[in-house]
Amino acid sequence: MDSLIAADLSALALRVRAHVIRMAAGGGCFLGASLSCTDLLVYLYARSLDIDPDEPARPDRDYLFLSKGHDVPALYGTLAELGFFPVSRLERHLSVDDALYWHPNRAVPGVEFHSGSLGHLLSVGIGVAYDLRLRGSARKVVVLVGDGELNEGSIWEALLVAGALRLGNLVVVVDRNGFQANLPTEALVPLEPLAAKFEAFGCLTVSTDGHDFGALDAAFAPLEAPRDRPAVVVARTVRGKGVPSIEARADRWFCRFTDLEVEALLRELHGASEAALQSEALLVR
Amino acid sequence: MKSTYESALRELALEDERLMVLTAENRASIRGLPAVLGSRFIDTGITEQTMIGLAAGLALRGRIPVAHALAAFLTMRPFEFIRTDVGLPALPVKLVGSVPGVMSEANGPTHQALEDVGLMRGIPNMRVFCPADLQDLAIGLPHVIRDPAPWYIRYVDRPTVFEHDPNFRIGAAEVVTDGNDVAILVYGALFREAHQAANLLAADGLSVRLLNLRTIEPIDRDAVIESAKRTRLLVLVEDHFSTGGLPSIVGELLLEERLTARTLTIGFGRRWFTPGLLDDVLRVEQLTPADLAARIRRALETPSHA
Repeated sequence: MDSLIAADLSALALRVRAHVIRMAAGGGCFLGASLSCTDLLVYLYARSLDIDPDEPARPDRDYLFLSKGHDVPALYGTLAELGFFPVSRLERHLSVDDALYWHPNRAVPGVEFHSGSLGHLLSVGIGVAYDLRLRGSARKVVVLVGDGELNEGSIWEALLVAGALRLGNLVVVVDRNGFQANLPTEALVPLEPLAAKFEAFGCLTVSTDGHDFGALDAAFAPLEAPRDRPAVVVARTVRGKGVPSIEARADRWFCRFTDLEVEALLRELHGASEAALQSEALLVR
Repeated sequence: MKSTYESALRELALEDERLMVLTAENRASIRGLPAVLGSRFIDTGITEQTMIGLAAGLALRGRIPVAHALAAFLTMRPFEFIRTDVGLPALPVKLVGSVPGVMSEANGPTHQALEDVGLMRGIPNMRVFCPADLQDLAIGLPHVIRDPAPWYIRYVDRPTVFEHDPNFRIGAAEVVTDGNDVAILVYGALFREAHQAANLLAADGLSVRLLNLRTIEPIDRDAVIESAKRTRLLVLVEDHFSTGGLPSIVGELLLEERLTARTLTIGFGRRWFTPGLLDDVLRVEQLTPADLAARIRRALETPSHA
């Protein structure tokens, strides 16, 4: 990848992370899960998906379904930065006068479907991918799932069907941050060897660093070639990526911070030393 | 003989390319459609959740998916997918549940859908069509498919023994006979027994009002209220649990209207029925026309406390 492009993406991701951290003030948000997939969403919307911010519902477009849902602050931030709606609208996070609540919904421009109940949107994405193919469209469907979400049987059921239907226009991206709500995934329902599971399900499977834009380019480039089976990108990520004081911690999933703590976290995001956080950890919803 | 359901659905599919037929490997009523529809027919295998999500995805793309599975599995295994991915966004997905209620015959309680109507009606935006038999189903099907709402169709393939009114309107019951002594409200497979019971009661000189409810959501409020006001006894007949069934539905309505009515509820209460072939089930569960007529006569003869 061109180093200038990578620098632009990094700058964009930094702005999105700042938005996400601000959403942890007041009522809070699922901060850890949002920061782990920020680079993935920035990469996908900026480099991979063909979706027009001025006409996000154009029938002939690529689709991204955010299946785990609670990572939606990263999507709100990315969509706002890319012009789907004004950045100022992010200040209305959790306002009853807007629709920017803890889980995605279609009232927000660019959000394809509501989610938050885990294990739903892979099957919805299959329906969209099937119709795109039926109409002769070359568009693709990307479904972003969490690794904890892979506990759900409906994910594996849908993968069987996606394989049976030979959906070569479907890409599942796993935000492999290593945690589910309260625990490391391997401490509760172990998933490894994960890539081998997807391969055994007949998927073209690629593993990559989910925070390195060059690595993401290398992972996604081969998926542009025609194929007759779904693809899976297992993206290794870090929960809370970007702010070391909350990185890779089981107790920083849903976070609600004071304004002062948010300011400290923003300074930390921009290179200052770790923020001193007093707010209660592990406010599980 | 070809099922009239399959031919009605084929006709609708051929005139509207948006229509797609899905099944979770339940092909009994649609065996001829794969050859006719090609890629517009999808058998997802035994995957009810995936089928519902897939149907929602197709609907997002402008399709009208008609999804088939046994009623018990279609409405319960993927219930939350129906509620969240179809009901909440009000997508035009049509769910067709086969062998509901007594139609499951000797399959046993695992296959007895006796809560399906209550579950589907309980989802905001969902509508519910409960035809009496194949002819009634074929009459209502085009209206239900063309309506933009999500629908649950309680598929009943009993042969028709009564010529139904071809005029079908969503939210309108079929008034089979009108009368002032007793009103029988029925939907689904037990329409045949209720109809014959009504004939037996009429032969005794009773004035019987018989409603084939057809759509349960929306229900024909006026016809139900009229029945409660005008007759001495309201009889609710269904092959369903009482919770979520007609006692719940009619009860809500009467409460809203500040009405009371002497009511005889005929259904399965809070229990599963004895598995067996249909005629045996009807006999053992006291649902034959003679049984229904006798139960109604007894209720009429019991002094009212009102």
